[in-house]
Amino acid sequence: MTAGPIAVAVAVFALAVGAFPIAPSQVLSILGAGIGLVAPEAIDAQQAAVLWSIRVPRVLLGAAVGAGLAVAGALMQGLFRNPIADPGLIGVTSGAALAAAFVIVLGAVFPGKLVRELGNYLLPFAAFFGGALAALIVKHVATRDGVTSVFTMLLAGIAISALASAGIGLLAYIATDTQLRLLTFWTLGSLGSANWSVVAIVGFTISIALILSVRLAAPLNALALGEFEAKHLGVDVQRMKNIVLLVALAAVGVSVAFCGMIGFIGLVAPHCVRLLCGPDHRMLLPASALLGGTLLVAADLVARTVVAPAELPIGILTALLGVPFFVVLLRRQHGQTTSG
Amino acid sequence: MNLRDSYDDRFRGVRKGRRMRFAFGALIFGLALLGVASAQAPRVVSVGGSLTEIVYALGAEKQLVAVDTTSLYPDAALKLPKVGYARQLSAEGVLALRPTLILATSEAGPPNALEQLRATGVKIESTSAEHSFDELRNKVKVVAAAVGMPDAGRALETKLVADIAEASRWIAAQPSRPRVLFILSHSGAAQVSGDGTAADAMIKLAGGVNAVSGFKGYKPLTAEAAIGANPDVILTTTQGVAAIGGIDKLLSQPGLGLTAAGKARRVLDMEALYLLGFGPRLPQAVRELAKRMRDPQTAVATTARTSPSPAP
Repeated sequence: MTAGPIAVAVAVFALAVGAFPIAPSQVLSILGAGIGLVAPEAIDAQQAAVLWSIRVPRVLLGAAVGAGLAVAGALMQGLFRNPIADPGLIGVTSGAALAAAFVIVLGAVFPGKLVRELGNYLLPFAAFFGGALAALIVKHVATRDGVTSVFTMLLAGIAISALASAGIGLLAYIATDTQLRLLTFWTLGSLGSANWSVVAIVGFTISIALILSVRLAAPLNALALGEFEAKHLGVDVQRMKNIVLLVALAAVGVSVAFCGMIGFIGLVAPHCVRLLCGPDHRMLLPASALLGGTLLVAADLVARTVVAPAELPIGILTALLGVPFFVVLLRRQHGQTTSG
Repeated sequence: MNLRDSYDDRFRGVRKGRRMRFAFGALIFGLALLGVASAQAPRVVSVGGSLTEIVYALGAEKQLVAVDTTSLYPDAALKLPKVGYARQLSAEGVLALRPTLILATSEAGPPNALEQLRATGVKIESTSAEHSFDELRNKVKVVAAAVGMPDAGRALETKLVADIAEASRWIAAQPSRPRVLFILSHSGAAQVSGDGTAADAMIKLAGGVNAVSGFKGYKPLTAEAAIGANPDVILTTTQGVAAIGGIDKLLSQPGLGLTAAGKARRVLDMEALYLLGFGPRLPQAVRELAKRMRDPQTAVATTARTSPSPAP
């Protein structure tokens, strides 16, 4: 079990490196001063400001969002018993994207008071509600007589996503050049919105989601045998479906709302864990959280340093860094097992 | 590289200074004074092509340490570090340049990055992104005050006012009001400029009529609507002509060849930032556009020009 130390090493490295030069010893002093171990006179105020108000929140946000997306992906794959399931399948991502596009392009239609009250939070709130609404519609379409059909939900998710794409297309058509460009950047994702309030909101939501997911591990293992089998093993399948959807909705919704669309992590982090440690959800869920968080923090480290003083959208990097990793694992596993 | 070296030097200086504090108290006082002086040497990051041009026009380019991706003029600006796209600034990336002042338009963002920059004590001078001569004057005032060169600012403003007045007099004396269609890009249907765009403002300043109106921003134009708009002159950017592969390719787009401009091959191209930037070259650009769109000789394009000509 080397995963823990690797995750810690990535986090420390991500704190030590950035566009703004801060010597590693200074990083330690500043962090020490933060918890009262080092006298505040020994540190440079500006370096401390950069570390505390920019870099630390960013690393924490990356860890939370990466963990949330990866666990949501693992839950979806378990629920749909389908290896290509990703957190976007239940419509959260596309619903959030449509709402974000609406705010970016038609932000002027919102009442001035609402815009003033919410400020920078208008887009995240709208995106979260858009994502939640889309997921609830998908769930509603797929539920009859109190039973949710996973198969119908899959198709309803695709239908709602297509509808949202049409809406985004229409908004893109009436958008100005600048709005289009903002929309493009939003769909590529960024952790640039990180500040302490965002970390608090996202961290709180995703922590709750992770805690709830622990109790889903055993039922999901039973579900792998089939819905009827799970029922006969004593699992309340409908209740489990409701909780899985709620957890995925919360984790993905809050991530997309504040960071835009960050692809790949939710799909591939759980698969990497399955290839390394097997499909038992009791291991899969926490390990996916750890790997997802680590991958996203690493990707963001590259995103904010490789073209400094500018920064690359993180969606480009999650795929660029994660895909080779995934392909190597697939090749190594090829022939050894038939599970996937 | 040089920049980074100098940061490291400074840190080394600070650390060394700390180590000597107990032994050389008096010396530290001197070093500290030096530190204050070097911290106050202005370091300006300009986020906006027109703002960067104004900094150069004022002769304040020594203070400039970085620009955004829209700062394409003058050539010297291309050699400075780039902080990326104005709406996607990275707070830490910008701070790493140790700026004392950020010149920005209202387009700069995202808001969180600007807040973080303000929170660390960097001054941000923001101007509107409106396309008008008055806004250009305002930008000159703001930038000149911010870089501490109000006299140069007043001189530049006076010159700009005189130049635009001269251009306006020339334009007012012209009998013709050509219908101009501005084409932004050529992927699929031509994207043309409606109300409120920089191109629309330029066409009006040059005494022309925007061939398409009644909608805001840039929109794709169908072939039939292009013929209906029937422009006398097609205006585009040098970059646009290069992207599509020449004037012939442009005119072979559905509809464009059948307009009055297309039949007479009256296609004008000007460098994008020069034409649409609303920077200190505005009077010159207005004058050039006004002349070229009325001159049957120069308006018949044969080759794509690569750089704007100096003042006529």
